[in-house]
Amino acid sequence: MSIMSELTNRDRVFDFLTPSDSPVDVRHGPILYLEDVNVSFDGFRAINNLNLTIDDGELRCIIGPNGAGKTTMMDIITGKTRPDTGSVWFGSRHNLLTKSEPDIASLGIGRKFQKPTVFEALTVFENLELAMAADKRILPTLTAIMQPQYRDRIDDVLQTIGLKDLRDKLAGILSHGQKQWLEIGMLLMQKPRLLLVDEPVAGMTEQEMERTAELLTGLAGKQSVVVVEHDMGFVRSIARKVTVLHQGSVLAEGTMDEVSNDPEVIKVYLGEEA
Amino acid sequence: MWLTRPFYERSTQLFLGILFAALLVVTVLHVALPEGHPLHVTSYTVTLFGKYLCYALLAVAVDLVWGYLGILSLGHGAFFALGGYAMGMYLMRQIGDRGTYGDPILPDFMVFLNWQELPWYWLGFDMAWFAFIMVLLAPGLLALVFGFLAFRSRVTGVYLSIITQALTFALMLAFFRNEMGFGGNNGLTDFKDILGFNLRTDATRLGLFLATGVALAIGYVVCRAIVTSKLGRVSVACRDAEARTRFLGYRVERVQLFVFVVSAMLAGVAGALYVPQVGIINPSEFSPIFSIEIVVWVALGGRATLYGAVIGAILVNYAKTVFTGVMPDAWLFALGALFVLVTVFLPQGIAGLLKSRHTAKEAAA
Amino acid sequence: MSITRLLTSLLFVIAMAFTPLAAAQQEDPGVALLNDLATASPREVEAAIKAIANSGDERARSWLEAFGSNRLSIIKDSGKIVVVLNNRGRDWTIADALTSENLGEISRRKLDRININNAMRRQLEGTLAMLDLYADNPDLQAQAGKDLLGKVDEALVEPLTEFLAQDRPRAVTNRVEQALAIYRVEQLGDIEAVDVLAGSLHSRARAALNSAVTSDDPALAGKARIALESVEQKLKLNRAAETLYFGLSLGSVLVLAAIGLAITFGVMGVINMAHGELIMLGAYTTWGMQQLLPGQPGLALILSIPAGFLVAALAGVAIERSVIQFLKGRPLETLLATFGISLILQQLVRTVISPLNRTVITPEWMSGSLIINDALSLTLNRLYVLAFALLVFAALMLIMRKTRLGLEVRAVTQNRAMARSMGIRATRVDVMTFALGSGVAGLAGVALSQLTNVGPNLGQNYIIDSFMVVVFGGVGNLWGTLVAGLTLGTLNQLLEPWAGAVLAKIVVLVFIILFIQKRPRGLFPQKGRAAEG
Repeated sequence: MSIMSELTNRDRVFDFLTPSDSPVDVRHGPILYLEDVNVSFDGFRAINNLNLTIDDGELRCIIGPNGAGKTTMMDIITGKTRPDTGSVWFGSRHNLLTKSEPDIASLGIGRKFQKPTVFEALTVFENLELAMAADKRILPTLTAIMQPQYRDRIDDVLQTIGLKDLRDKLAGILSHGQKQWLEIGMLLMQKPRLLLVDEPVAGMTEQEMERTAELLTGLAGKQSVVVVEHDMGFVRSIARKVTVLHQGSVLAEGTMDEVSNDPEVIKVYLGEEA
Repeated sequence: MWLTRPFYERSTQLFLGILFAALLVVTVLHVALPEGHPLHVTSYTVTLFGKYLCYALLAVAVDLVWGYLGILSLGHGAFFALGGYAMGMYLMRQIGDRGTYGDPILPDFMVFLNWQELPWYWLGFDMAWFAFIMVLLAPGLLALVFGFLAFRSRVTGVYLSIITQALTFALMLAFFRNEMGFGGNNGLTDFKDILGFNLRTDATRLGLFLATGVALAIGYVVCRAIVTSKLGRVSVACRDAEARTRFLGYRVERVQLFVFVVSAMLAGVAGALYVPQVGIINPSEFSPIFSIEIVVWVALGGRATLYGAVIGAILVNYAKTVFTGVMPDAWLFALGALFVLVTVFLPQGIAGLLKSRHTAKEAAA
Repeated sequence: MSITRLLTSLLFVIAMAFTPLAAAQQEDPGVALLNDLATASPREVEAAIKAIANSGDERARSWLEAFGSNRLSIIKDSGKIVVVLNNRGRDWTIADALTSENLGEISRRKLDRININNAMRRQLEGTLAMLDLYADNPDLQAQAGKDLLGKVDEALVEPLTEFLAQDRPRAVTNRVEQALAIYRVEQLGDIEAVDVLAGSLHSRARAALNSAVTSDDPALAGKARIALESVEQKLKLNRAAETLYFGLSLGSVLVLAAIGLAITFGVMGVINMAHGELIMLGAYTTWGMQQLLPGQPGLALILSIPAGFLVAALAGVAIERSVIQFLKGRPLETLLATFGISLILQQLVRTVISPLNRTVITPEWMSGSLIINDALSLTLNRLYVLAFALLVFAALMLIMRKTRLGLEVRAVTQNRAMARSMGIRATRVDVMTFALGSGVAGLAGVALSQLTNVGPNLGQNYIIDSFMVVVFGGVGNLWGTLVAGLTLGTLNQLLEPWAGAVLAKIVVLVFIILFIQKRPRGLFPQKGRAAEG
């Protein structure tokens, strides 16, 4: 049944017909499209009929209490977790559910983890070098030579993330906030079409937070950015559109003011009594 | 060129300098000084040193995967042994009709087992070039298949260690079987000559020793070239944060597979050079304990340094030679204690000690 | 009363007490019976044997047995009839045939053997069998019935038929019927008797059917063929049951060896390469216990259960405190360090005790087998080990599910940091867990001492298998370990008949290696976010 309907579905482009490195097609709408996604772990429904659409160039904030499924959603988009049902599309061409993590990354989805993960045994410069958009197959990587234009690009990013002085230090000695910055820098090096940023300002000072906000808002427009964050002040400072997740599905969507006045959202955040 | 990059490094220059100086000194002391001279190096000792160098190359191979890729292989003895068997098969065919039974084609043990003809997988081993290619291919192919399956399913960490151990154990059991056609329990031995040179002459032994030294140098430079390339940095990235590397767009499993196969081939070369020097290859080289021993050489020398692996291999094996000569019972105690002490007190190994002294000096200056 | 009178009367009493004995000896009917046998002419021997058999004398059996095996002799000088106990060399050890008293050695020249010819011997066997069939001892009866298969001749038909007419235990009469049926089928070509043989799994009955198949009588041959097929069918079933038994037995050993590892590996993430040596310590504890309690292997074995647990658990605690606690979160280093410890322990045993294998005695109640039928018997020691393994497993399940320790252990497994902040002393839990896992290894050693050689390499032989079981079953899951152990054991036994022991083992190893590629987290993986990290 389902195979037949898939085959007769005329506007569907089969995976084997799409070259995996073909550009992301956003002519027909959103850059990221999640429909009816469900995931459960041992009977616990982490994601429950989730529907989410991110437009090209948009900056979207996603908030929600603990266990709302924010990180799981990121896992699904980047290919780490496979949903039980549902579909996830990147542009109108790429079905992300059929792709591996490196494939998804090379399509142009970059991810910053909740816990900053940088390569501590490598220098700051080397961290950025590895992240740089390049031919990432084995032999090209083995024979890769550091070209001057690459060096300039890395130095540019170093400037942007304010780690220029720490260029040749091991990433392991960076402070928590600096690691967050380095990881954002790595995302910039990847030149992704879509950035997934999980709690970017955790452990940052006010000042660092402001700079992060500037950076992320500066990116929007050229790239699409999805920010998951707990810090409401930070969200308010950057957000144009906010999505509230609760128990694995979308509870409310709109501007920060809209959602913060939504009775359902208040109930979830302040408890049943409210 | 990525391959020549190591030659511009101080550490590689120093390593190659010391290695070639050592080769030269041993050669001169062996050839120039008359027997009986207190500084004369006997032919026996030359071969012993050759053996150490084989182990050193093996340790470098293990360090490449363990130190830079974070894959603790407890099965590298299998790759070493496969290279050794490939060489052993060539040496066996070279015996020709000089064996005990005088069969021009069949090795002695096959005659003994009443085999009528050479098994298909022995064909071609009478030609040196074929055998030498197999020295690389046999371990490389095993590593390719095994690694492909394991890394694709993201089997890493202790799981991988346990499975590699099971792999070498299974191979040991298999090679013990006479039906396998590799001489069973006794393995392959009674070799006569290699490339036409008599294995019993001093000159051949010295030649093998020098060849091993050169092989170690080449192996070291190749490994160094890999670890200083961008791929080397990606390996370290895989080691420390596998998921992150994947999200950057690198195919972690292919990086692992590439390095693993290179390492297995190096181990195979080490095994191939080992066999003509010790004169025998048997299934005990597949034993899990040998593979774990290699790891402790690397741990003692210091992980992720390559030269540390060389130091560790030579030190431990020298100690083994001394101990087993003086008090054989104590050797396993010493080896066991070494495992414990190195892991608990010396996680960076000897190389770590050298480095920290170096940095301390720099700080003081 | 004077002392003299007292003594005299005492002496009298003693003398009186001994008189009947002396008299009995003189009147022993055995003397006459044996003398008749010794002096009988070949024609009279049969009667003499019958006389002994019918005498009802307890010793009759041993006399006839000695006679049948050429061990009944007369001392030439005294005419005393003796049984030769040992007939090697020039001097033979003898015993009095009447009292069984050992008379020491005597030159064989001084002995005169009471001869027996082959015809007589065959008759004797039948007589002996009949004697046993009527004996009070049920074991003897059963054995006699079994021995009769294929031994029945014309002379025995009548007494056996008579035996069947009486009300005797079913097990014995079945045997006798089968024995008679074999005679009838083979000697008389009796078609009716084939039915009886169709119900027997004994190889002798099958042999009779096999020869009947080639019989000239087509009716007999046809019926025999059908009977044979049904027998083969049953045999196949029994062989399958036997394989399953051996498989489960091997599996139970694997479970025992691996379950301690499942605890330390699953809970603490510690790769304990010295686990095999902890098993070895348990086995050596059993050996030591038996040295301490000579002559009481059973008691020693039972005492070894707590002792072996304790010894291994203490060794485990020592290992944890001295090495493993310093290597938290570095599983690969732990693997290396514990491997070093395993080398030290092995060498320690080699140096202190011996590099050779030690013999651990199997107590009587554990030796022998449980006989289900002619084709299937279950060795008792394996049965005990199987039961023991299940018991240990159940106990561990109980500890993990119902005790405070179990709760804490599970808490620490799932989230160490959280458990700690809830006031669980993770360090203490680690020590306890490691002690428990090690103790169970000790128990495995006690059990293994009953099945294999106890030597310094005992542990090494099991460590890889144990790891395979744990990995196959899924780390951190005791049920997984149980299922994996039993499955691998059975798989190994299933493969053995056509692949041979070594190849079977290789196949199993390769199977697991491939299986892990398919399901890297084993049969019963832990799921969810915790496992992803």
